[in-house]
Amino acid sequence: MAAIAASARSAPGDQPIMVEGPIRAFAIATAFWGVVGFLVGVVIALQLAFPLLNLDLEWTSFGRLRPVHTSAVIFAFGGNALFLTSLFIVQRTCRARLFGGDDMGWFLFWGYQFVIVMAALGYVLGITQGKEYAEPEWYVDLWLTVVWVFYLIAFGGTLMRREEPHIYVANWFFLAFIITVALLHIGNNISIPVGLGSSHSYSAPAGVQGAMIQWWYGHNAVGFFLTAGFLGMMYYLIPKQADRPVYSYRLSIIHFWTLIFLYIWAGPHHLHYTALPDWAQTLGMVFSVMLWMPSWGGMINGLMTLSGAWDKLRTNPALRFSVAAVGFYGMSTFEGPVMSIKAVNGLSHYTDWTIGHVHSGAMGWVGFISFGALYYLFPVLWKKKGIWSERLISWHFWVATLGIVFYITAMWVSGIMQGLMWRAFDELGFLQYSFVETVEAMHPYYVIRAIGGVLYLAGALIMAFNLWKTVTEGEAAEPAPRLVPAHAVAAE
Amino acid sequence: MPTKIEKDKLSGQDTTGHEWDGLKELNTPLPRWWLWTFYATIAFSLVWVVIYPALPIPGATGTSGWIAREAVMRDVQQAEARMAPMMSRLRAATPEQIAADPELRAFAMAGGRGAFANNCAGCHGAGGQGALGGFPSLADDEWIWGGSLDAIHHAIVHGIRANESDDQRQSQMPRFLTDGVLTRPQVNDVAEHVLSFTNRATDQAAAGRGAALYAENCASCHGEKGEGIRDVGAPRLSDQVWLYGGDKASIVQSISNARAGVMPSWGKRLDPAIINMLTVYVHSLGGGE
Repeated sequence: MAAIAASARSAPGDQPIMVEGPIRAFAIATAFWGVVGFLVGVVIALQLAFPLLNLDLEWTSFGRLRPVHTSAVIFAFGGNALFLTSLFIVQRTCRARLFGGDDMGWFLFWGYQFVIVMAALGYVLGITQGKEYAEPEWYVDLWLTVVWVFYLIAFGGTLMRREEPHIYVANWFFLAFIITVALLHIGNNISIPVGLGSSHSYSAPAGVQGAMIQWWYGHNAVGFFLTAGFLGMMYYLIPKQADRPVYSYRLSIIHFWTLIFLYIWAGPHHLHYTALPDWAQTLGMVFSVMLWMPSWGGMINGLMTLSGAWDKLRTNPALRFSVAAVGFYGMSTFEGPVMSIKAVNGLSHYTDWTIGHVHSGAMGWVGFISFGALYYLFPVLWKKKGIWSERLISWHFWVATLGIVFYITAMWVSGIMQGLMWRAFDELGFLQYSFVETVEAMHPYYVIRAIGGVLYLAGALIMAFNLWKTVTEGEAAEPAPRLVPAHAVAAE
Repeated sequence: MPTKIEKDKLSGQDTTGHEWDGLKELNTPLPRWWLWTFYATIAFSLVWVVIYPALPIPGATGTSGWIAREAVMRDVQQAEARMAPMMSRLRAATPEQIAADPELRAFAMAGGRGAFANNCAGCHGAGGQGALGGFPSLADDEWIWGGSLDAIHHAIVHGIRANESDDQRQSQMPRFLTDGVLTRPQVNDVAEHVLSFTNRATDQAAAGRGAALYAENCASCHGEKGEGIRDVGAPRLSDQVWLYGGDKASIVQSISNARAGVMPSWGKRLDPAIINMLTVYVHSLGGGE
């Protein structure tokens, strides 16, 4: 036992003997699924503009490819990025080897990839629960639960064997993300299979209760998967690359706990003006409004950490991604509370404005912070001096930024136009527009949106090429200080 | 247990004394504007939950008494009340009266446009231009069942072959080949004869042979010269307007297996005033008689 314990730890001041193989695999998977997810996104954006492109085949119809896109970007790209960074950061900031070692890492890697592939196969074949962002059927849900429990054990176990007296702020966010996603996933997926051997199931809650649980899940998938987890990433990447201390420890504590407490109640704003009782809608709205400042706490800590190091943005294009991500985060976490206000929601709901809002968060915040993480971690994980081409990082940055601008401005315009057209009356009191006229009016914006998506995908391809070159042709870093072998420590 | 509190030269703030993988934290106080804005959102929320319903008790409202369901009902009632005088006049009038009265007609055209786009355009096209495959154009002067206001009104109210109304437009062309009435060569001959109405026969001998078969089997509905008969909803065959295609293969297919388009009966679905508006609107699309 003593030998095992000792091998897992390292003497203070030494580099920990990290689990790295599975983490490299997560890094590759992040880039791979990112490209896949963006590609499917471009395909369905083009289908909306030119419906012929659904090829008249059930497997490639919009309804089936849309969850492939959302799951690929959120759970495959975003999920792998979270595994990658959380497992890397927890080992580094705890000076402890991953609990469960390489075996645990590889189990998490292959277990999670299996979830992704099984889910996507199901969607294409028409197997879905029909719950947004929780489409996988019961058999995939059960397997994901197993993987996620091991994730919690691996992460929590590493925290418990840490060599540092305190837990770094990034790890609070990662832990909150892992625990809450487990609760959400189980809570929203309680169902009974139709029969033994059937891939379909009945949801346990139905009607408005089912809708409420679905959006309790759905909104907190945004809050804990796409916000808390990625804030953890931000809290490591920005101070590390800026080489500056985190701006405010006090702010990190307050915004962490307020964010965690308030987010979980905000789900009902997805169900304004529905059968959901008024009191629940009111509470969903006010909790969303109160979320504004807790969300911005993360942005302030990210941006203010750079004070005194803004010049690094010129020389470090990877840092530029992380910082722009925080900017988009601030923008969409202001837009969110605004859209949760019932009067605004009456205009924005069911329109493309929602799609634009989601994408400014997904492409700007989640995407950019993850690209920044990949550009930072690839050289570290493959022991290279740096990224193969900094010029290509710059190209990626500007092409992707332009893509986001195309995307979200097109969706703002088309969404607000759509909302206004739906509620327009003529002087005699008749609705001014029929539904099909609103669809027709959106066509040019759908084309612009697709162009934005193509640019964003092009950026990701540039990144994939650059990362590939970094691994295969990058200049090796100076040899690290010799690690203390585990058996040597044990022998002492 | 802070171990090594340092002063950051740039900001003048102390660190917390912890370090993780080279990362440190400053102990900067909360930005005041951040804190006060946060308090403001909390204050706003407290006020809001007093004004609007926020308690899970049946019937509990905020001080404003606002209830979503009632607000919607009020809006709907206001909109209905505003239109009610015109709508009751439209209900009481016949389509002819509406078409003749400029005020009613203008109202019917505005309402009919939206009602058409939402209910009819899916099959008949946004401008009533129709589509190949059994969706007749409403914008030309070719009418299967008649293009007068009354005929249009009847079709909308009762539908066509949908079995939703006893007064529906009803007729059924026989499946001449499938039901064994004609042989395959005979179907070919009849098709050639039909093509000859528009001088498109490719085989004059066959067209000639088809004349007798046509007279025996088809003329009673489609007319001796293919001019069509509206009483039985048999379309004209002697012009270039075709519901299912006018090439020979399509005509052979029509004779062999028959065609029977269906339109729902809207009488039970739409307000009589809306149906009157639709009647006037469709009549105006270009081919009204």
